[in-house]
Amino acid sequence: MSLTANAGGRSGARLKGFGKAASRLLISIVLTYAGLLAVTFFIGRVVPIDPVLAIVGDRAPANVVERTRQELGLDKPLYEQFVMYVAKAVKGDFGTSVLTSNPVIQDLKSATPATLELALAGTLLGTGIGVPLGIIAAVRRGSLVDQLVRVVGLVGYSVPIFWLGLMGLVLFYARLGWVPGPGRIDIAYEFTVERQTGFMLLDTALQGQWDAFVDVLRHLILPAALLGYFSMAYISRMTRSFMLTELSREYVVAARAKGVGEFRIIWRHALRNALVPLVTVIALSLAGLLEGSVLTETIFSWPGLGLYITNSLQNADLNAVLGGTIVVGSMFIALNLLSDLLYSILDPRTRAR
Amino acid sequence: MMPEAYNPPAPGWREWLLTERPASRRQARLGRAYASWTRFASNRLALVGLAILVLLLLVAVFAGLIAPDSPVVGGDLRTARLLPPSAAHVFGTDDQGRDIFSRIVFGSRLTLMIVFLVAIIAAPVGLLMGTVAGYAGGWVDATLMRITDIFLSFPKLVLALAFVAALGPGIENAVLAIAITSWPPYARIARAETLAIRNSDFIAAVQLMGASPVRIVLRHVVPLCLSSLIIRVTLDMAGIILTAAGLGFLGLGAQPPSPEWGAMIADGRRFVLDQWWVAAAPGAAIFIVSLAFNLLGDGLRDALDTRG
Repeated sequence: MSLTANAGGRSGARLKGFGKAASRLLISIVLTYAGLLAVTFFIGRVVPIDPVLAIVGDRAPANVVERTRQELGLDKPLYEQFVMYVAKAVKGDFGTSVLTSNPVIQDLKSATPATLELALAGTLLGTGIGVPLGIIAAVRRGSLVDQLVRVVGLVGYSVPIFWLGLMGLVLFYARLGWVPGPGRIDIAYEFTVERQTGFMLLDTALQGQWDAFVDVLRHLILPAALLGYFSMAYISRMTRSFMLTELSREYVVAARAKGVGEFRIIWRHALRNALVPLVTVIALSLAGLLEGSVLTETIFSWPGLGLYITNSLQNADLNAVLGGTIVVGSMFIALNLLSDLLYSILDPRTRAR
Repeated sequence: MMPEAYNPPAPGWREWLLTERPASRRQARLGRAYASWTRFASNRLALVGLAILVLLLLVAVFAGLIAPDSPVVGGDLRTARLLPPSAAHVFGTDDQGRDIFSRIVFGSRLTLMIVFLVAIIAAPVGLLMGTVAGYAGGWVDATLMRITDIFLSFPKLVLALAFVAALGPGIENAVLAIAITSWPPYARIARAETLAIRNSDFIAAVQLMGASPVRIVLRHVVPLCLSSLIIRVTLDMAGIILTAAGLGFLGLGAQPPSPEWGAMIADGRRFVLDQWWVAAAPGAAIFIVSLAFNLLGDGLRDALDTRG
């Protein structure tokens, strides 16, 4: 939009700059994905002494072992194997899971919405509480809220997430009975809800099953609060430091000198500038929650990617583990790049030149 | 020992340390160390962190004397199983009738070992990558930093999981997997420091005297990168402990019956709704130790990093 508003010469230069940035971004996407595939290839085919055994397990019949060996092309040189691996992975072919005997990609597709629903709910909570908390902490340095942000941050960086989840279950499920136990939905509703998007909240709402919707929400609240806490710890700390930087800038002094109200200075002037790096921090914290969900899902029997990966790990199902790693890694990379992109879109200064 | 002409020995050791005109290298170094220490010591929370870690070290060294029971041999399964905390068993007993307190005391050795091993594997790798990239520049820099960036954009825990899945579970493999995933930030820091140092006059002087690039990097660049690296490693220790505990919890780190804290939580998970103490105590231990590392790291950053 801003491109067309500019005078001809400058807009041309800007377009060129944007194209340059886009091509640089494209190169970095390709290289990073190539790196991800190279590392998973290395893990899957080079590290194990016998990759076939690592994939099919040591109780597999001889013909399965032989077939897998041929499918993997283990008789070919390593670089050829890698090319095959990449070609398959790009098509979404990660092999078959030993545990579920489905194609890995199919398992991953059905597990992804559960993880995303949880991570998005966590980020929503973390942002909704963390940003105002960080702003108040920055405005009132040394106040109780400031101390609170510090403590929340320290605890967030120090506490094992799976332990906090377990203790949360003990307190809120076993002792107080405020929340239902592990799982995503009560058995009573499990077969009444038809799977459309895979996002349970959305599915139940679309089908108008409000009882089930409430039940899903009740199941979601504890794991989402847990992830939300870690997201809040990070976001509030970053908000505080961004706001402190902005509030010490000269334009704030100028606004004060002009007699602009403090409320307006904080929420309109400073926050809008702090928002730019903040958006990238929120994207990064969502990426962090994808990772945090591995342990959280294990605790709450949440049928997402994390639980899928850990279950596969415990059954030495390497295809599934690597497929899951690639999917989580891809989302992680995508979010990282998105945060870079958002930064350059939101902050005109990085676009200049 | 000191030439008297310029700097008569001051009456107290404090004055000697804080003098504006140190007469020897040793005095200058000690004086700087003392100044750093006073800055560090003024941060009470950092001192608390340091105290906890010293305590942890003592507990690990004297585990045999402190722990009342064996960490691996259980008690009578009919009478000593899953007992709540009491005077005899401060943190209760687990499902094998083992004293949880004793297991935690011995587990401190594993925690320290993991942290130490990861640090001495990952930090030198990152340091070398970063200083070489920064000093060499050009395509070497571009290649090394591209690799670093690729590793940085991976989810650490998931990658470590995949590594352990391929290598097989075990504490050594967990250490290796964590080290493989944690060197990139060190490379970034070391490179940034090297870029700042590279064009300074003293490096130009050493170059003129004919020092080889290897010597310049190892003797002149690396020492100057150390302090920021140490801060970063200390701050990362908490993350390393948490990752190691997570791997242990998933059954991929230390194997039973070894008293690794994460694995102990996994043990206690089965009874957590009724016998919460089995999982609560080791988790609290992990929390306290990583908190101590975080406090210490924050303090070190404030004390050593004078640039702010």
